[in-house]
Amino acid sequence: MEIINSGDRLTVMLSGEIDHHTLMSLRGTIDAQIEQHTPRLLALDFGGVSFMDSSGIGLILGRKRIAECYGGKVIIKNASGYVEKLIRLAGLAPMLAIVKEVHKA
Amino acid sequence: MIINNYFRLIIPSHSRNEGFARAAVAAFAAQLDPTVEEINDIKAAVSEAVTNCIVHAYPDKIADIEIVGRIIEGDTFYIRIKDKGLGIADIKQAMLPLFSTCEEGERAGLGFAVMESFMDKLRVTSRVDKGTSIIMTKRVKSRYE
Repeated sequence: MEIINSGDRLTVMLSGEIDHHTLMSLRGTIDAQIEQHTPRLLALDFGGVSFMDSSGIGLILGRKRIAECYGGKVIIKNASGYVEKLIRLAGLAPMLAIVKEVHKA
Repeated sequence: MIINNYFRLIIPSHSRNEGFARAAVAAFAAQLDPTVEEINDIKAAVSEAVTNCIVHAYPDKIADIEIVGRIIEGDTFYIRIKDKGLGIADIKQAMLPLFSTCEEGERAGLGFAVMESFMDKLRVTSRVDKGTSIIMTKRVKSRYE
């Protein structure tokens, strides 16, 4: 995972597998950065995610709650068809900005 | 029921075994030649069931989770995930989407919803203080149908 802070945008480049186990360590790192930078826009980039279960939904909901405490918004970037399927199953699609972005070659 | 192949796996309920369990199950299910989407569905369903054992069945201890996988009737993947933990008092309530007994932490309450919608069949049996058994099946369509 890589976190990039640029002005009022914080981009979290998630990678690998997101489950209940990996979430435990990801969460603290992301939340510390949100609290330090209080971004206007928190971009959760799922481009590097090879697997996720409903823990990934917990990750989105939890970060959304914290970012909104600081007046920020959350966008979801580069979600694969599979990640989108989980987001739809959770009924989150209407309340999330899901942005499609073409990866640079 | 014709059982074409099977395995039995017992793992302790360490959360680091979540990744191992779904990878092992996916490797077994691969012999049905599933699509990437089908294998992702199976991995997610297994991940949810194993996580439930770790978080809910054994909240305060490490104990065994038994996973039995089968290929049945030539084209169907069968999986049973069983614990001897706390059990579920109200299965109907536990299966409601967004219902979670987990106050701290961040369980989305979607475990059963994922299992139910990603697999063809889901059967949950549970007894308080005896444990829970989850049986799921998914037919893997032949590419040549």
